[in-house]
Amino acid sequence: MDLSSFLLQQIINAVFLGSIYSLIALGYTMVYGIIELINFAHGELFTAGAFIGVIVLTALQQMGFVETHFVLTMIIVFVMSMSYVAVLGVAVEHVAYKPLRTSSRLSALLSALGMSIFLSNGMMLSQGVSDRAYPQVFGIEGIEFMGARITNGQIFIIILAVALMVGLQLFVHRTRLGKAMRATAQNKTMARILGIDIDQTIRITFMIGPALGAAAGVMVGLHYGAVRFDMGFIFMIKAFAAAILGGIGSIPGAMLGGLIIGTIEVMWAAFLPSAWKDVTTFTVLIMVLYFKPSGLLGEGTTEVRV
Amino acid sequence: MAELLLKNVTMKFGGLLAVDNLDLEVPSGKILSLIGPNGAGKTTVFNLITGVYKPTEGTITYNGETLNGLHSNKVVSRGIARTFQNIRLFNSMTVLENVQVGFHCRTRSGPVRALFKTRHERQEEKDIILKSQEILDFFGLVGHQNDYASNLAYGEQRRLEIARALATQPKLLLLDEPAAGMNPKETAELMELIIKLRDTGLTIFLVEHDMLLVMGISEVVTVLDYGQKIAEGTPKEIQQNETVIEAYLGTGALSKKKKPEQQKNITRSRQHD
Repeated sequence: MDLSSFLLQQIINAVFLGSIYSLIALGYTMVYGIIELINFAHGELFTAGAFIGVIVLTALQQMGFVETHFVLTMIIVFVMSMSYVAVLGVAVEHVAYKPLRTSSRLSALLSALGMSIFLSNGMMLSQGVSDRAYPQVFGIEGIEFMGARITNGQIFIIILAVALMVGLQLFVHRTRLGKAMRATAQNKTMARILGIDIDQTIRITFMIGPALGAAAGVMVGLHYGAVRFDMGFIFMIKAFAAAILGGIGSIPGAMLGGLIIGTIEVMWAAFLPSAWKDVTTFTVLIMVLYFKPSGLLGEGTTEVRV
Repeated sequence: MAELLLKNVTMKFGGLLAVDNLDLEVPSGKILSLIGPNGAGKTTVFNLITGVYKPTEGTITYNGETLNGLHSNKVVSRGIARTFQNIRLFNSMTVLENVQVGFHCRTRSGPVRALFKTRHERQEEKDIILKSQEILDFFGLVGHQNDYASNLAYGEQRRLEIARALATQPKLLLLDEPAAGMNPKETAELMELIIKLRDTGLTIFLVEHDMLLVMGISEVVTVLDYGQKIAEGTPKEIQQNETVIEAYLGTGALSKKKKPEQQKNITRSRQHD
């Protein structure tokens, strides 16, 4: 394999990993944009999505449904996982954050950490401590070009991730509720004075953000072939770094940040000792916080930017 | 007929009595002004009406319906809109989008419809854009509709605030110091605009420091001092009211009587205390 095809391979891997980080990072950034809280339970919601995915997919596989109706299977798996986690997200908001909305930020942050531990342990008790295998529905077939290789699974996941992000962007900019969401992020009092139901807007944010995380969870499961109750942690940290890098509160920022973090990680692992690849993410996080805490596309404010 | 009625309204912040047993009537289709020295409780009155605060005592009714304890977003849907003393536009949204947000409470499309973009939703969006452009046209802002709100000139931002409030389709419009920071020409334009709005059947309730504006367009003026109503009447009556002059200028001021324009200057200097 010559260098150019090796590089192309790494770029494919980077885009793949980056789009997953972006999807997770969106959940952080949207919630932060609306209520200025880092939802530490987001990593667990992502894991819950992966678990629902494996449960539904295994059931469908046993019914022999996967071979006959592949596209429908994928739709069912993603829709069920995303809607379940959307409901879970709203429940988390209702139980852990809503009662603390007027108290200090620290209380809400601690509540978020508590929620994270609670959900993580809940999944450990109900799903066990060991890895759970994902049915390998994609196989190893793929496309080869210029010496690089992209599997069908990767193509599917990248297309879906991009579609979800485009959909989110359209929702936020083109619809009435999306505008209400941006207005709420910019100025809650004014939004309320104009007749926007803030509670409803927050609930919708806690539906969409976790649902995107759940989709990422299913994608990770499909690609890596296994899920575990604590797999959310490392993805959470990476996506959090991505959200900060892009500028927390900024939706395009989260997408960009995810791609950059994915690229750094893949390139590091490709050319330098891969044992250090996680360290680079945290180095980036620290550097951003030190030199440009508002991130690449953030304004140092809490606005969801255009 | 009184549209908006405040009865024995009292607002306490801890030990501070911001509004003290206030009775107020805002008659339909009129321009009413609320004036008074700084800290008199004028903005608090607005916050009470719009549900930002809940009155400690007393009742606020609008067309017979009690507003006490209603959330702000519910008050808007009853037909009461407001602007703020300091400009609170959504800066990273375009001018058109700012107005579109104002239509929020008058439209229905929920999350499911938004997701699937039904024909109804699309039609509704189109209608809103048209109506928003009509409003912008009325305020002479239609040429700026795709600019970001933060890029407008100061006077234009002020107008956009009123335009956005109108998008909620109110019957009663509360304006909190709409002329603040405006030059005389802009203020004159604003006066014309307010009169034009009143002529469309809107009730206007103003809090303002600019006495030229207040005395120029109000039909009724109410004066607050330390949370209490000290006078009420036509602009002419208020200008000659001794209690009012005392409240503004202090006792002893009556001996050298001021013209309204000088009063305005004094009020302004008091603002900078």
